[in-house]
Amino acid sequence: MNILNFLNTFFSDGANWHGANGIPHRLLEHIQYSAVALAIAAAIGLPIGLFTGHTGRGGYALSAFATGARALPSFGLLVLMTIWLGQLGTTPAMIPLVALAVAPILVTTHEAIRSVDPAPVDAARGMGMTSPSVLFQVELPVALPLILGGLRSAAIQVVSTATIAAYISLGGFGRYIIDGLASHTYSDVVGGAVLVAGLALATIGVFWLVGRLVVSPGVRRGR
Amino acid sequence: MIRIESVTKRYADGTVAVDDLTLDIPDGSITVLVGPSGCGKTTTLRMINRMIEPSGGRILLDGQDLAQQPVTALRRSMGYVIQNAGLFQHRTIVDNIATVPRMLGWDRGRARERARELMDRVGLDATLAKRYPYQLSGGQQQRVGVARALAADPPVLLMDEPFSAVDPIVRKGLQAELLRIQSELGKTIVFVTHDIDEAIKLGNMIAVMRTGGHLAQYAPPDELLSAPADAFVEDFLGTDRGIRRLSFFTSAGLDVTATPIVTADADAAQIAERTLPELPYLLVTDADGKPLGWAKAEDLAPRTDAGDGASTEDGASTADLLPHGRPFVLGQDSLRDALDCAVLSPTGWAVAVDGTGKVVGVTSQETIATAIRGAHAGRATKPAEPDADAPDAADTSAAGPAQAPATDGPAPDAPDGDADAPVKAAR
Amino acid sequence: MNQYFDMPSDLQHSYVGLIGLHLQEALLPVLFGLLIALPLALVCSRFSWFYAPVLWVTTVLYAIPSLAFFVVLLDYTGDSTTTVMIPLTVYSLVLLVPAIVEGTRAVSPDTVAAATAMGFGSLRRFVQVELPIAVPAIMAGLRLAAVSSISLVSVGAIIGNEGALGNLLHDGQIYHRDPLIITSVVTTAVLAIVVDGLLVLAQVLLTPWQPHGRRAARRAARAAAVDEPAAPRDAVTDAVPAALEDAVR
Repeated sequence: MNILNFLNTFFSDGANWHGANGIPHRLLEHIQYSAVALAIAAAIGLPIGLFTGHTGRGGYALSAFATGARALPSFGLLVLMTIWLGQLGTTPAMIPLVALAVAPILVTTHEAIRSVDPAPVDAARGMGMTSPSVLFQVELPVALPLILGGLRSAAIQVVSTATIAAYISLGGFGRYIIDGLASHTYSDVVGGAVLVAGLALATIGVFWLVGRLVVSPGVRRGR
Repeated sequence: MIRIESVTKRYADGTVAVDDLTLDIPDGSITVLVGPSGCGKTTTLRMINRMIEPSGGRILLDGQDLAQQPVTALRRSMGYVIQNAGLFQHRTIVDNIATVPRMLGWDRGRARERARELMDRVGLDATLAKRYPYQLSGGQQQRVGVARALAADPPVLLMDEPFSAVDPIVRKGLQAELLRIQSELGKTIVFVTHDIDEAIKLGNMIAVMRTGGHLAQYAPPDELLSAPADAFVEDFLGTDRGIRRLSFFTSAGLDVTATPIVTADADAAQIAERTLPELPYLLVTDADGKPLGWAKAEDLAPRTDAGDGASTEDGASTADLLPHGRPFVLGQDSLRDALDCAVLSPTGWAVAVDGTGKVVGVTSQETIATAIRGAHAGRATKPAEPDADAPDAADTSAAGPAQAPATDGPAPDAPDGDADAPVKAAR
Repeated sequence: MNQYFDMPSDLQHSYVGLIGLHLQEALLPVLFGLLIALPLALVCSRFSWFYAPVLWVTTVLYAIPSLAFFVVLLDYTGDSTTTVMIPLTVYSLVLLVPAIVEGTRAVSPDTVAAATAMGFGSLRRFVQVELPIAVPAIMAGLRLAAVSSISLVSVGAIIGNEGALGNLLHDGQIYHRDPLIITSVVTTAVLAIVVDGLLVLAQVLLTPWQPHGRRAARRAARAAAVDEPAAPRDAVTDAVPAALEDAVR
């Protein structure tokens, strides 16, 4: 049997399309974990990144923090949180997912703001813009493509890692892979893998679209 | 008036960018801060809108200490133009220009209308309004930068090397444009540059600064060129300051003669009558009096004698003419332009025209030299007074240098005695 | 201490052995990735039209979750370290190609022109001029690839016993030995930090022309600011990794 056969078996199985173990339900679960984790990470990373990038302070602390955060093994952390916190809903899964996503968001936001051409910033200050105005009206719009890139990078990693959450008995597309491996139902494993890859690609698409909508044409084509 | 009073800027690491600088910047004119890298000129400029806070001394605007004023309001009341324009790449041209009016609470429509008005003023085509900065050339971007600074009609304009990143031809255009705008608006402009030629071209007053933040000399350009305060200023001015100074002497009183000028159809008698003893050439003009070129008297004469086949000869003779070179506009161009025309002319004589391009006369290098000596003699007694640090000093010098020698300086044919030889001979 | 460092017999490795295995599974793919990325980046920098499609393919590949990648490969390479190392090679490649291309592209056009004018051919110029100048960007890519690779190896535990230190997570759960899980997490994190530190050290040694450290960076910024030392940005020497977070765009 090759991959296509597995896929055919998986997707043509009517049982995979409804109920708690159906694809729509698993998709919602997966999106929910990812979106919540990303939102929490963004709520932490964006303000800090914007502030440190704007003031130019804390660059070294930030890069040390980022190195530490990247070094944390997400899978190990997931297991560790489960044994420490028990099966407390999604909390054990959220901690590693958020930890995973904060570093790229924080560091990219900081660097994106820092890398804004200093000339317009100087001009804005010289024209009498207040410090928050400079940040939100000049630096942020120009840094937006890079910041969205950081968010996207974080989102992809979160979607990818949320798959592993099934290992600690949570839902999402990972369920098909973990359960399939346990029961040697290889069509489920491959089906789940393709679904989660598809979701990751859809994430790229969403961010591309958001970029088209919120980034000024002057910035988009001007680089 | 902006009064910089014993201002010092010392950084935490001990670097002194500006050292006990005192400077009065007069209203309604262009004051240029010029000097080599690290002389503190930009720091000085940035202290005026408090982008940098002085470590000592104070800066007064119309008698008010700047340090007492809210910083954002202060900056909004001063236009600010920087080297690479610093446009907001995410905003259209019209919205870039409307930035300060919007901050001052104007509604969008009025701010944009004002922005379009300014685009026109700085010579930007209205079709560019909806473009983004990346779609504009460097020169156009800099025009937008100037328009943006003027948007809220601030009385003061701070310009930090605004034209140094564009190529020389564009820069020349922008400089001319700035002078034109200034003649219409009469702002108080503080202009920073490292280019002494730009300083001389634009400045009503020039502050030459030297490394370490010291003021080397503060004077109108003409005085700077004629009397540099010390070796540093002299060196900074370069070698040909004598020639450059001639830009400040008008050609208005320059003696020109209309004698050696003939139309293409002049007859032998006219040619003989109009040929000057010291000049074997005649300037040929067309029927409207526009110059065509120089011709030797003997080359013109036989042709017109054999007058029959006029049609073919006319074309041939025009082709034989020596080029007359670029003429200067009498009374409008400076003695430097007149001298340049004479030096470049194949005959050594410069062609003077009026505003419409019609020839009014020709003049020799000797005549121009006499005029220069006369102008120097007149200037030697004059510039002492505008030099004083009275606030209106720059006003006098702004309009002054070009007219002064023409109106009350000794004219080239003044009865000084030294003027006689070449000028009289030309008659 | 034994509860932390006594390895269950089914792992067939000592603690130190697991570390060795983990490093091998994590870092060999980075090395392979680098070896493939170099010629690919050379092609991309010589034919710039080739870069856009390469970037698209790498972006898509990077989006494929590691677990999905592992399980699809199971059918071909079976329960072996190869199954883990192939995806990690791909991820490394995906991080390194943009790092090298962007790094070499950022080399000043004047430098490139000068090298060309001196008679460098394009291959020699790439190897002797552009690559060395791009070392900081490339090292930033390598650091990111190495650290994420070290973290991802553990996921191999899910598809069988291919997670090296990650296998301790599984054993810790089934044998109810929580200390093993802590050992796994802490050891993996420490490995990542140590490898990252070694790469930083390697970069310092490879780029003696670069200012290092806070004071040096500030001095360089001061020297670069021609006229005034106005608010020198305390240049973060490793500003590049952030750009790389987004390198796969």
